[in-house]
Amino acid sequence: MDLFSNLALGFATAASPENLLFCLIGVILGTLIGVLPGIGATATIAMLLPITFQLEPVSSLIMLAGIYYGAQYGGSTTAILINMPGESSSAVTAIDGYQLARQGKAGTALAVAALGSFFAGTVATVLVAVFAPPLTVIALKFGAAEYFALMLLGLVSAIALAHGSILKALAMVVLGLLLGVVGTDIYTGTPRFTFGITAFADGLSFVALAVGLFGIAEILRNLEGEQDRTILGAKLGSLFPSKADLKAMVAPMLRGTALGSAFGILPGGGAVLASFASYTMEKRLSDHPEEFGKGAIAGVAGPESANNAGAQTSFIPLLTLGIPANPVMALMVGAMIIQGIVPGPNVATDQPALFWGIIASMWIGNLMLIVLNLPLIGVWVKLLKVPYHLLFPIIMAFCSIGVYSVNSNVYDLYAVAGFGLLGYILLKLRCEPAPLLLGFVLGPLLEENLRRAMILGRGDPTVFLTRPISATLLALTVIVLVVVLMPSVGKKRAEVFTESD
Amino acid sequence: MGSINRADLAAGLVFVIIGAVFGLTSLGLDMGSTLRMGPGYFPMLLSVLLVLLGGAICFNSFRQMHIAVEPYAWRGMVFILGAPVFFGLTVRGLGFVPSIFLTTLLAAFAGLKLRPLQAVLLAVAVTLFCTLVFSVALGLPFRRFGPWLSVVGV
Repeated sequence: MDLFSNLALGFATAASPENLLFCLIGVILGTLIGVLPGIGATATIAMLLPITFQLEPVSSLIMLAGIYYGAQYGGSTTAILINMPGESSSAVTAIDGYQLARQGKAGTALAVAALGSFFAGTVATVLVAVFAPPLTVIALKFGAAEYFALMLLGLVSAIALAHGSILKALAMVVLGLLLGVVGTDIYTGTPRFTFGITAFADGLSFVALAVGLFGIAEILRNLEGEQDRTILGAKLGSLFPSKADLKAMVAPMLRGTALGSAFGILPGGGAVLASFASYTMEKRLSDHPEEFGKGAIAGVAGPESANNAGAQTSFIPLLTLGIPANPVMALMVGAMIIQGIVPGPNVATDQPALFWGIIASMWIGNLMLIVLNLPLIGVWVKLLKVPYHLLFPIIMAFCSIGVYSVNSNVYDLYAVAGFGLLGYILLKLRCEPAPLLLGFVLGPLLEENLRRAMILGRGDPTVFLTRPISATLLALTVIVLVVVLMPSVGKKRAEVFTESD
Repeated sequence: MGSINRADLAAGLVFVIIGAVFGLTSLGLDMGSTLRMGPGYFPMLLSVLLVLLGGAICFNSFRQMHIAVEPYAWRGMVFILGAPVFFGLTVRGLGFVPSIFLTTLLAAFAGLKLRPLQAVLLAVAVTLFCTLVFSVALGLPFRRFGPWLSVVGV
């Protein structure tokens, strides 16, 4: 069967000593930075992004994927141990995980989270392998109009799942799109918005934008109120869950994996939604709903599995359509473009080793996480105790070197400071940076496809409505927009997201 | 009710201003037609959209609850944002080693908790580590000590 020969190729690529090493480094670095409280997966990847550019494309993407899983894992660890989720998708884990930790069962909670994640990761990897190839076949039939419509849908869905005001998120997307078109116009060669600075002719640096907007803005935010974190002094307890614990986690894990896999494909960061949905479902199905919030195993196993499955399947739109489903995938797109790979359906046919190598490395990365991190948990706990005022100078040094190393361009360093300031101000004004990043990555693609579609449609805008796939996608876009703008939905949405804060 | 959400008002204004700047700059670019869009068409479309959205956010801010203004990390902004800029200004002239040392030291002053001696020790450790990893192991083409130092005669 094709699937097996493909997977064999993938594992052969991913299991080369070199790639195994980079996967390992990625997983460890990701966990390392991910456990630093207040730094989420996106910021972690943004800060480590430049390091990977020195490598071969396959190794670099494998390492990035490793960083992603590692950062997520690290986020769950801080959620459980100090009730400080690195990002919203592990916010749910914090609810029951932290309670378990307070009861001296931190080890159990960590092990349940890790086992759940690993199981979900395994299933989701298979799903990616099964569903990605047929989707690329469909995607190859997409014309400019369809791509334009699909990207609009992606951007609008991303807004629906962002925190806070819809209007602000929309404005952030548009701002990102505008920043994305800075640079030389591809059709005419006209420089746009470069303000006479030749360094901006190739467009604003993606790495500078990501590091500034996510990394530096977060450091500034953390510096606002410098305070000591309270770290649980209690013992970790046994790392091995008891038989009863294992029994309690199986069903939630299965349900969480199913939910997460489905939600992950949705554009706009389905992993967050999946973990919330899983928690709600487990609470409703449980014989002891009163245990939830007081240290229920199911409250950790379900959401963690959902979260990890979603993280994995969110690679499907990226690998098949070249469209990022969430900010982390937007970073992957940026990384691919810098490596000279155009993300999209052609990757699977033109570079099968890369395509299947990444898929196989997902599973290997997850395996490494569980094998390495459970024994290493003591090290991560120690890391939590490193005071923040020692950490951020180190992070700043790495960011500066990293950004500079990409192009040896000092303007990129000034851009980092500029984007850091912009990101911080926008954070203070309660605007989420994620939609801006998605807009920035998709901006040039959106414009190119719009212009191509108009040329192909002879200047008639109805071309988007007469082609069935494009019309359907646009209709979906309008529906999503109308639904999220409805006041009743807005209220519900606000409730869900305040729970996560 | 009746109060103003200042964060939203400011956010709206920021969007309107940025949109206006991009829009005015787009005027200098060729718009083209709907058939053959020029370099200015898409940016102009986005700029108008951004101004409209910004306006709507401003308008909405008058009908919301007031949210207390949080403190800004002024000290952090000066030193943290200054660090990459300083690195950019000096990495070629001073060279990688002294530049990264001073950059780390600069960033360390963003917080209030680090004592000067600790900061220097931290900067030394970071410099050693970064030189070994980036310059020696990864072999990035950085000049370790730059031309400025040879002029001074060090």
